[in-house]
Amino acid sequence: MFGISALDLARAQFGFTVAFHILFPAFSIGLAAYLAVLEGVWLKTGRQVYLDLYRYWLKIFAIGFAMGVVSGITMSYEFGTNWSRFAQKAGPVLGPMLSYEVLTAFFLEAGFLGVMLFGMNRVGRRLHFAASCMVSTGTLISMSWILASNSWMQTPAGYTIDKATGRFLPADWLRIIFNPSFPFRLVHMGLAAFLCVAFAVGAVGAFHLLRDRRAGRAPTEPVRVMFSMAMWMAAIVAPMQILAGDTQGLNTLQYQPAKIAAMEGDWESRGRAPEILFGIPNMRTERTDYRIEIPFAGSLILTHSLDGKVPGLKQFAPRDRPYAPIVFFTFRIMVGLGMLMFALGLFSLYARWRGSFYSNRWLHRFALAMAPSGFVALLCGWMTTEIGRQPFTVYGLLRTTDSVSPIALPGIATSMLVFVVVYFVVFGAGLLIILRMMAREPEIGETGPDPRQPTRAAGQHPGPAQGQPDGMGGHALPAE
Amino acid sequence: MTPEHLLPILSAGFVAFTVLAYITLDGFDLGIGILFGLERGSQDRDVMVSTVAPVWDGNETWLILGGSALYGVFPVAYGTILPALYPLVIAMLLALIFRGVAFEFRFRAEGPRSRFAWDMSFLAGSTLAAMTQGMILGALIQGIRIRDNQYAGGWFDWLTGFSVFCGLSVVVGYALLGACWLVWRTEGELQSRARRHARVLAAMTLGLIVVVSLWTPTLQLHYLRHWNVWPRILYVAPVPILVAALAALFWRSINDERSHLMPLLCALGWFFLCFTGLGISLWPWIVPPSIDLWQASSPPASQVFFLVGAAVLTPIVVGYSAYSYWVFRGKIGKETHYH
Ligand code: HDD
Ligand code: HEM
Ligand code: HEM
Repeated sequence: MFGISALDLARAQFGFTVAFHILFPAFSIGLAAYLAVLEGVWLKTGRQVYLDLYRYWLKIFAIGFAMGVVSGITMSYEFGTNWSRFAQKAGPVLGPMLSYEVLTAFFLEAGFLGVMLFGMNRVGRRLHFAASCMVSTGTLISMSWILASNSWMQTPAGYTIDKATGRFLPADWLRIIFNPSFPFRLVHMGLAAFLCVAFAVGAVGAFHLLRDRRAGRAPTEPVRVMFSMAMWMAAIVAPMQILAGDTQGLNTLQYQPAKIAAMEGDWESRGRAPEILFGIPNMRTERTDYRIEIPFAGSLILTHSLDGKVPGLKQFAPRDRPYAPIVFFTFRIMVGLGMLMFALGLFSLYARWRGSFYSNRWLHRFALAMAPSGFVALLCGWMTTEIGRQPFTVYGLLRTTDSVSPIALPGIATSMLVFVVVYFVVFGAGLLIILRMMAREPEIGETGPDPRQPTRAAGQHPGPAQGQPDGMGGHALPAE
Repeated sequence: MTPEHLLPILSAGFVAFTVLAYITLDGFDLGIGILFGLERGSQDRDVMVSTVAPVWDGNETWLILGGSALYGVFPVAYGTILPALYPLVIAMLLALIFRGVAFEFRFRAEGPRSRFAWDMSFLAGSTLAAMTQGMILGALIQGIRIRDNQYAGGWFDWLTGFSVFCGLSVVVGYALLGACWLVWRTEGELQSRARRHARVLAAMTLGLIVVVSLWTPTLQLHYLRHWNVWPRILYVAPVPILVAALAALFWRSINDERSHLMPLLCALGWFFLCFTGLGISLWPWIVPPSIDLWQASSPPASQVFFLVGAAVLTPIVVGYSAYSYWVFRGKIGKETHYH
């Protein structure tokens, strides 16, 4: 049918659902950490503004988290529905790791999420803070396990292969978990999650700064504090991410040279290679057209020496090459956005120094425009990683064509269609709800997400009742 | 007994525990959603959702654990059951998406129209999830066609009278759990209505249990042998007897205004017994009628790693999950907020 195979659709469906999924976990990982920090600072200083910010973001967190959970459940079953042969061969290695993720992370998040959302008045402040920390820890543990799995698929280690069945047999669990690319990916992904949230929070702050200014109001304290915290994160974490990305590139050069060649758009292996800034890799003619390049820079960046040898795609048989045009561009978008983030960080430092941090409209506009930058960079990074691993699911060992389930095309096409519709409707609605909540300015005496609040029962908000310190707040307010 | 023989039995025991935990815990959450079909009042619905809002996520996590455990210790079962029941599994996942987001979205809805839409998605999502879970069970019991460790049947093999009947049974059974949960956790009018629902649903559930129990042995000769061979029947005879005893207890407590928790315990007891009966029928298959535990299992290195983690971590998980239930204990009324 139109030259599309069941395999293509199985891949498209998996890529689509996982790409949706990863947006929410990244948001949850970053936001949970931010919330734990806010609550900790509130406990330490007793300043109302941190509690207000905590409650403001907690309500948004609840929505994002729910979407992360439901989209994640889909993922854990799609290994079986779409990749049954992969599941049978790699399950002995990856399945137990996923089970450990459930037991050490998902239960931890779920167990303490209820307390975090609704329990402030039931358990007291310190235990509540402990619950927030547990949820945040859970998201970080979850990230570690899933990245260990994914890294193992990129750089497998610690296994043997059973001749008769072609199955991977675990031989050394420590080497499986701490496989060669895991530490690099973990750092890069963790920083990416923090950047996603830093730029989202910064953009919300910038939005209210701009709006208040237009309305001739002075911005409230929560708005100023959140913008400032976000810009500190940007200034500090963006350069760290660039360093982390660079080391990750060195690791990939060592273990997945074909991927590096595709990311760079290089066809010939050579020393003193140029860095191609722009071009269009052409898989048929085996060259990169319309190139703009910097001489020697390719070798310099990848090997940190002028005549270091850089791999080219021709070194690999055509059937072992990843599809370069996509990888080439997703990689450049990610790196470009990383540079822009760095630039915004520098700009914010400059504005602070000049004392125009809360009044410089260009700074606020820039920050607002960067709202989705973290998420876009994140998706581009993942696509580089995953598509660059093709045509293998377990790099160099198990081909994607040998991983797919024996499912007929019409069935998978139908489910693909349903997935697309449902995801856009449901998660689109969720995004709208989140944006609407972000468009509302945080208030002094912000209420919590307790569903039994009278404002809710009346079915309406934001009403004046929102400002009342009741529900989750009540006597938990610090005595001032 | 060699480790190759013993390990899969231990793992299967753990997977069975996980599935049972999921069915009973998410069972009453989903039941609350199904009861949205009977309870229309917006305040009552708020109360119903509030009784489970702090704990539903943890309940659903058992489903993820079940899936990942199959993936890790019985990869052959995971890789054949899921493609065989593909449409059912996808439908279940989508249904869970609708009901999961509805927990949050319905409280954030602006205006009655969108509130209504998310209430409907809660009702429909819960009902469809229960229905597909029952059908998955039914399709598994009736057997799956396998060749070379891969699914070899057609697109709609799972769709039979039996699987549909199982689906409906689970919808009714979950609704019963939900109603009993409400008897325990609410008061006043809502509680009295929940008692009424529970009585009807319990009668229906018992009838359905009888029909499914008589129907199952006719599907595969193997199942019949498990129940009819002397002296094995001595071990399994208590199952129907206990079901009847629980029924007596249930009727006494549901009509007794002072009894709040007992109906739920009886209903959970039925689920436990049915599950045990099912285990007796299926043993030692994991994908009837061709793949048994040992053929489906992963190598000992995977099983040991998995079992050690499960043995150490599960008690901790159960501990803090119980703590979270305890924090939110007590009746939820119209006027009570969490305080
Ligand atoms: C544990 C494993 C794992 C993890 C954590 C991820 N993926 Fe992946 N991904 C796969 C395991 C995998 C896979 C099962 O191996 C696929 C399916 C087919 C394939 O080739 O690889 C895949 C394919 C795949 C594709 C299609 C690529 C292609 O077919 O050419 C995309 C776009 C993504 N993934 C994107 C992502 C994103 C955005 C992720 C962030 C969460 C992600 N993947 C995490
Ligand atoms: C394809 C691979 C993936 C699978 C099978 C998967 C599976 C799941 C599942 C089942 C959940 C729901 C857990 C719950 O009930 O709390 C979940 C949520 C989560 N996942 Fe994924 N996931 C994948 C990719 C990732 C990646 C790459 C990351 C991060 C680096 C990640 C991080 C998280 C986190 C932090 C949560 C908690 C819920 C949330 O934050 O919204 N996952 N995932
Ligand atoms: C400008 C600096 C950056 C450089 C040099 C860089 C470099 C890299 C490299 C080399 C990879 C690995 C591909 C592979 O080998 O598998 C990667 C993956 C990735 N990047 Fe970046 N990156 C940069 C910025 C960013 C930013 C700003 C984000 C997001 C906010 C981001 C998110 C990701 C993600 C999510 C992955 C895939 C995760 C993984 O494989 O662990 N990157 N990046």
